[in-house]
Amino acid sequence: MSFLDLLAIIVSGTLYTATPLIFTALGGVFSERSGVVNIALEGLMLFGAFIGIVMTLLMGDVWGTAAPWVSLIVAAIAGGLFALLHGVASITLKADQTVSGVAINFLSLGLTVFAIKKIFGKGQTDFIQFRIEKVDVPILSDIPIIGKIFFSDVPYTSYIAIILAFVVWYMIYKTPFGLRLRAVGEHPMAADTMGINVYKMRYIAVCISGMFAGVGGAVFATSISGNFSGGTITGQGFLALAAMIFGKWHPIGALGAALFFGFAQSLAITGGTIPFLKDVPSVILTILPYVFTILALVGFVGRAEAPKSLGVPYEKGKR
Amino acid sequence: MPKITLSPRMIGLLVPTVSAVFGLFVGAIVMMVSGYDPIAGYGALWEGMVGTPRAFGETVRTMIPLVLAGLSVAFAFRTGLFNIGVEGQLLVGWFASVWAGYALHLPAVLHIPLSILGAAIAGGIWGFIPGFLKGKFKVNEVIVTIMMNYIALYLTYDFIKRFLHAGNEKSYNVQETASLVSPMLSDITGGSRLHWGIIVALIMAVLMWFLIDRTALGYELKAVGFNTYASQYAGMKVSRNVVLSMSIAGAFAGIGGAMEGLGTFQNMTAMSSFTGIGFDGIAVALLGANNAFGILLAALLFGGLKSAAPQMNFTANVPSELINVIIAFIIFFVASSYVLRWLLSRLSKEGK
Repeated sequence: MSFLDLLAIIVSGTLYTATPLIFTALGGVFSERSGVVNIALEGLMLFGAFIGIVMTLLMGDVWGTAAPWVSLIVAAIAGGLFALLHGVASITLKADQTVSGVAINFLSLGLTVFAIKKIFGKGQTDFIQFRIEKVDVPILSDIPIIGKIFFSDVPYTSYIAIILAFVVWYMIYKTPFGLRLRAVGEHPMAADTMGINVYKMRYIAVCISGMFAGVGGAVFATSISGNFSGGTITGQGFLALAAMIFGKWHPIGALGAALFFGFAQSLAITGGTIPFLKDVPSVILTILPYVFTILALVGFVGRAEAPKSLGVPYEKGKR
Repeated sequence: MPKITLSPRMIGLLVPTVSAVFGLFVGAIVMMVSGYDPIAGYGALWEGMVGTPRAFGETVRTMIPLVLAGLSVAFAFRTGLFNIGVEGQLLVGWFASVWAGYALHLPAVLHIPLSILGAAIAGGIWGFIPGFLKGKFKVNEVIVTIMMNYIALYLTYDFIKRFLHAGNEKSYNVQETASLVSPMLSDITGGSRLHWGIIVALIMAVLMWFLIDRTALGYELKAVGFNTYASQYAGMKVSRNVVLSMSIAGAFAGIGGAMEGLGTFQNMTAMSSFTGIGFDGIAVALLGANNAFGILLAALLFGGLKSAAPQMNFTANVPSELINVIIAFIIFFVASSYVLRWLLSRLSKEGK
């Protein structure tokens, strides 16, 4: 195997596994930047995966090959709505945000599998007839070397995710909306004094995070797993959360971290075929992202600092 | 309007009770909306929880690790920490107990306590790490414990496969001298898998109550959780207490793992996903109001719901995942008790 082939395999594998993480981690950035802890990402992703698969299965005859793409949009809407529940509990009712996240994860697992059993009569769906396929990007994949490495055998969703990361960066750092979002997460009382509606901003942020996580889950389901069961999403949401923290609550950082985690994950799967990694036990590559995240928090890999008011419910008039 | 006066203690009791009832009520609505008969569903569930001696035995058996998971979460909660890492601590504890139970050759009087101790130490180490990072570097324990969960999951999987694999994704069984299996308890309960672990769970619940409410250490831990700065000012070593608290919480969870390893299963399966007991533990601690006795009751309820779910599926055709929906709503209601408390205190004020 030539070095170029190897590189092409690694890059496409990385992009492929990282894509759902990028979407979900970006969602996490919105919510946590506004001051709402979101360990519900896991459940929201599961919900998105559920919607993605069910819509593709039920509407495949009508929408044809567009079905998985349309279901991504439906998953975004559904994820956004589902996340509102986290908003109601943790913003309006001032529940502990971590606890509310745990409840969302329970609820998502319960409701989706319950519904699957009700609709399909079994705990696992059939495989979908149309997937989001890996493709060679027209024109770009013909560029020598670069085309083969970066534009061959990758689903379009990967490029969408990467572009979105920059869009999110622009939104959060270059627009009034982003400034308000960050203000609400850092010092909600100051923001409130300046006339920003803290509750509204946080609701919007949580809703957007649900949309992103929903898409992340649906992308995972329609491009990687291909069907849905209670075990479809096992830890990807928490891994995305880790990516967001490792990326220091910054969209581009989250993108980089998600790519790195995707790289580690795809190596854990394909490592056996790569000469110098053959002897490394795959468990080391599997736990690497988690160990790195802890190290990042401690400050060995650059200190990760959370938004100041993360996890603190805002009460008007309370000091 | 009739006069209602509610003491804070009464409200403290009412919130979990009302939440549990609301949770079950939502479960009934979910059943109705999706075309199942809630009365038949809950009838079957009740039957599966306490209908036969065997069913009750299984309820209590399922309750055992939930008690310990709940104690672990509650212990950390009482000292101002959120231990969402029960799952990982439980897994390493489970693994350590099975390893000790398999590899050592000792008389039962020594073998059982040693294997449980091994589990407590393993879980304790898994709690120590986030505790240390919190105490020393002020790192948020929620994130670290989540990460530790996954590290535990993949490491135990790898270790079982590498060192203890007996075939078919399972580890070797523990020696009989390390087993908590009780033919007597099993006979009384019509052949259920109930084991001596229930005694361990009860002892641990008492221990948790004693530690927190009756010792100087417990007082210090609570003080640190309540107000870090004040306790520092009073001369308490804050970071030492944080480390200690997480380690003890981890040890409780590790023992929970030993209950599965030495009691229910006699071995450990190489798992690719979590048992869920750790997350259930959060629900148990919340519903039990972080109080040892409350945790026993909450664990009994959740243990019953979990062990009876297949029965509900079998008799009334209701998918067993309904249980997760019910648990989720119970958590929501307890966690959102802000409103409920406010309402109750309003009611009792108006009565005056």
